[in-house]
Amino acid sequence: MVATGWDAATLGARLTMAGFEVEAVSPVAGEFTSVVVGRVLTCEPHPSADRLRVTTVDVGDGTPRGIVCGASNCRAGLTVAVALEGARLPGGVHIKRAKLRGVESAGMLCSARELGMGEESEGILELPAGLPVGAPVREVLELDDTVFEINFTPNRGDALSVLGLARELAVLAGQPLGAPPVLGVPATSDAVQPVAIDAPGCGRFVGRVVTGLDPAAQSPLWLKERLRRAGLRSLGPLVDVTNYVMLELGQPMHAYDRRALAGTVRVRLAAAGETLTLLDGRTIALSPDVLVIADDQGPLGLAGVMGGEKSGIGAGTTEVFLEVAWFAPAAIAGRGRRYGLVTDASQRFERGVDPAGQERAIERATRLLIDIAGGAAGQVRVVEQRAELPAQKVIFLREKSIKRLIGIEIEVHVVERILTALGLQTAPEHDGWQVRIPSWRFDLALEADLIEELARVYGYDEIPELDQPVPSRPRGRTEALVGDERYARTLIERGYDEAINYTFVEPALQQRFFAGAEALSLVNPLSAELSTMRVSLWPGLVQNWLANARRQAERARFFEIGARFPVTGGVLSERPTLAGLAAGRVRAEQWGEAARSVDFYDVKADLEAVLALSGRDAGYRFEAAELPCLHPGRTASIRRGEAVAGYLGELHPMLAQTLGVSGAVYLFELDINVINVAQLPHSKELSRFPHIRRDLAVVVDESTTFNELRESVTVSAAGLLTELKVFDVYRGKGIETGRKSVALGLILQETSRTLTDAEADAVIARVAESLQKNLNAVLRD
Amino acid sequence: MDLDTLVTGALADVGAAADAAALEAVRVAVLGKKGTLTEQLKALGALPAAERPAAGARINEAKVAVQAAIDARRTLLDSAGIARQLAEGRLDVSLPGRGIAPGSLHPITRTRLRIEAIFRAAGFGVALGPEVEDDFHNFEALNIPPDHPARAMHDTFYFGDGRLLRTHTSPVQIRAMRSEAPPLRLIMPGRVYRCDSDQTHTPMFHQVEGLVIDETVTFAHLKGLLKGFLAAFFEKPLAIRLRPSYFPFTEPSAEVDCQCVFCNGAGCRVCKQTGWLEVLGCGMVHPRVLENCGVDAERYRGYAFGMGIERLTMLRYDVNDIRQYFENDQRFLAQFGAG
Repeated sequence: MVATGWDAATLGARLTMAGFEVEAVSPVAGEFTSVVVGRVLTCEPHPSADRLRVTTVDVGDGTPRGIVCGASNCRAGLTVAVALEGARLPGGVHIKRAKLRGVESAGMLCSARELGMGEESEGILELPAGLPVGAPVREVLELDDTVFEINFTPNRGDALSVLGLARELAVLAGQPLGAPPVLGVPATSDAVQPVAIDAPGCGRFVGRVVTGLDPAAQSPLWLKERLRRAGLRSLGPLVDVTNYVMLELGQPMHAYDRRALAGTVRVRLAAAGETLTLLDGRTIALSPDVLVIADDQGPLGLAGVMGGEKSGIGAGTTEVFLEVAWFAPAAIAGRGRRYGLVTDASQRFERGVDPAGQERAIERATRLLIDIAGGAAGQVRVVEQRAELPAQKVIFLREKSIKRLIGIEIEVHVVERILTALGLQTAPEHDGWQVRIPSWRFDLALEADLIEELARVYGYDEIPELDQPVPSRPRGRTEALVGDERYARTLIERGYDEAINYTFVEPALQQRFFAGAEALSLVNPLSAELSTMRVSLWPGLVQNWLANARRQAERARFFEIGARFPVTGGVLSERPTLAGLAAGRVRAEQWGEAARSVDFYDVKADLEAVLALSGRDAGYRFEAAELPCLHPGRTASIRRGEAVAGYLGELHPMLAQTLGVSGAVYLFELDINVINVAQLPHSKELSRFPHIRRDLAVVVDESTTFNELRESVTVSAAGLLTELKVFDVYRGKGIETGRKSVALGLILQETSRTLTDAEADAVIARVAESLQKNLNAVLRD
Repeated sequence: MDLDTLVTGALADVGAAADAAALEAVRVAVLGKKGTLTEQLKALGALPAAERPAAGARINEAKVAVQAAIDARRTLLDSAGIARQLAEGRLDVSLPGRGIAPGSLHPITRTRLRIEAIFRAAGFGVALGPEVEDDFHNFEALNIPPDHPARAMHDTFYFGDGRLLRTHTSPVQIRAMRSEAPPLRLIMPGRVYRCDSDQTHTPMFHQVEGLVIDETVTFAHLKGLLKGFLAAFFEKPLAIRLRPSYFPFTEPSAEVDCQCVFCNGAGCRVCKQTGWLEVLGCGMVHPRVLENCGVDAERYRGYAFGMGIERLTMLRYDVNDIRQYFENDQRFLAQFGAG
């Protein structure tokens, strides 16, 4: 169709750089030598092996060869590919004279697979009878050729054919496109099939009957070879012809066994409750927005997608009804996928088939069919719904728009040359062109689309790489908003590894942590393990610890920053979250320090470091709390004002046991939107006067919290307390059961003068009295 | 006793003093209130007046000599003590330090932060958006109507109620354009999802997309920016190549190849002998997308680009199995250090 003058490498590169990405380039056959056309003269059973045959084969040099062959299709008169003595075949096979079960064999009759012409083959290759005996098979079968595997983008349905791609290559190479051979076949029979269009979405429906076909006809080798090179299997001449026309012209078509048709063949919408058994044997229930081809008895096929079993071509088919239709992309798009079908036909119709090509395709198919299988063609029947056919598109292209979009000017004559070569008719007008879009281009609708065509053919490489002036106004980050990176840095400094887990989890695992929690579930998960959106990062982190522990890890510090997806009353709130896990030894094993396991207060210190990023007086409170998945006596909620910033606690021992976790595991989870609001620091005047420290050890009930002690001390110290240290918590000898001794250090200071010992003593007395009164505290000496 | 004998004896004692205490005892015995030389001075009164000055001078000379010897001996003893102290306090400096060793930054985050830093330096801000999206933001506003063949390129996870997991970070572009007036200069990093899992795909992965909307931006600026970005990211000047491609939300569209970072374009296993690595997709924002977001497509133009963080991380740090990213094996993570 087009002569580019390019070698395979150049052709591939040019296609790729024009938007047709060449994914693979492969030869159409393997490397081989000394394989010639031969004719089987005699074929007799092997005297001592049931499955072997002994043949004599004429290879054109006057000396017939005796060759032993194992193929069941080997027979006298067959034209075959003969690997002569000394031949080298793909895969390093070297043909030598050999004895097979006692009979001398001087060569090999080759199958397609043995010549690298396909993965599978049934018996030996059957060549057309007319080939000259003795001629090299490489030459007569044109095997020094290349297959390009091309990744088509969804916008270029027009290029999904040999014709379409040839049109592109003609533009790129600046060569004329040879008109595809369309030879009309006049009607020689009066067989007709009534056709009708009874639904929107079909613009044209063209049908023709061909009768008197030879059911024994075989597809010729050239046809089989071309289909093979395009990746299709040969399925007999009737189907092969329809496939071939689709590959050549881009027009899908379908052949029906006419004997299976009853009444009028029409395009209509499926009726509710209708079913259809497809060519692949599956029966599907049709929904009423799906176009079908039907006869008077019901659906025959899924329009533009796949035919049905009932009217399918069989071994004995002698009369066919050929259908070539034009369907609007919107009428086909997605319909096949609903039934799990992506077919060559549906891919083309979804992307847009040239509405001007139906009659050309039916003539081409009739010609091929009659050439191969004989028979007589009836009249071509055409029904149309003109309103459903695409209207002629005209786009105005402004000359100045080209530079505005791609940054360079393209000379006027170059613009016109490229557009014209693409089949676009240009008419200059004012500062641009009226551009008429050819029927096959469904992707061109806007001015920008035309500019892309220009840039693509002109060459993206020709567009320079320019610096763009950046606005000089600097763009700062909000200081009072803590970036996630700072949380990461803080925790990493404290020994944590950052983890990233999938945001979907196994629902059963999530329920173990959060029984009864609502969650969002995928309708099409990859697997049950990845089917529910996480409401917490903990299940993932605990699994990370288990997986590492299985690999003999002794400790783990993990954190993860990512969304969790809690659902409350059906309402999803996607929460950016910082979560962490600590398990195992408090530090990695090291010399000079006694080993111990991490505990609540170690992890709390890590959290305090994180929370300190919100500023010094951010006002966080740790309060005893309960969550079903955490240890009831070792769980804190972290509050900031009214908001819950998160939780810290030990994994519930029961849950730990269920999950197979050994040793205590501490978990925390913080809501980033609550903690990332920081206060800017404000500097205050420092006291120039010395402070006084007074220590106080009090015995209180086990249930009395440090929060309560601090509250009492702060109130009764009345503004003189600058810091309260807790330097010991003691239980045991000397302290009754159920009580504990807490040692407090009070730092007292006046901002405007030196505090006297007497004043400090008075404060301590007030503090002690208040502790005794409010918290049943007893002073220790 | 004869003065000379006394001095000789005192000097010998000073020399024999083994430590500060012994030396002090010698000093007291010779120069103390009742020391031998002090007694000699006291005895001067018994001498005839004419002899007294000369004798006094001799005794003082002797005192000075002994004192000097004591001072010298003290210095010597002090430095010996420090030397002994130093010798006893010797450490094995090769023993490891104690305390907390830092953890590690995930390689995906490491790469994301580098990308963010490069674009921030080029005047970009960072925008984020939800991962559970709706059809409008993920598809329709991006010029991908229902049943569009391009949807087949996005194997989408659905929730069955119109919501879905975003298949790209492009919906953040839509949200940004609808909420902020141009000019815009933003990147959008984040997790994205596709229903695909094999050797080279994970169902969740990370993207960074970029968006620039302004009155004068062109495809040539897009090329310039991406070339600059790749040079900054790989820290070497690399040729880039734009190949025409198709995305419903850009026109023109391109895939971006950069010169292979391993072989500098000569051809190697990583680039499959092509000399090029596909690293980005990009294009000029489609006029319909601008209109869907209320941006005047006549006045403003824009460009957009997108890249996969996993891929860039693989190229930069030689990670060769994408699944390792989400297994969180401590040994894998530790390789990347605190970053």
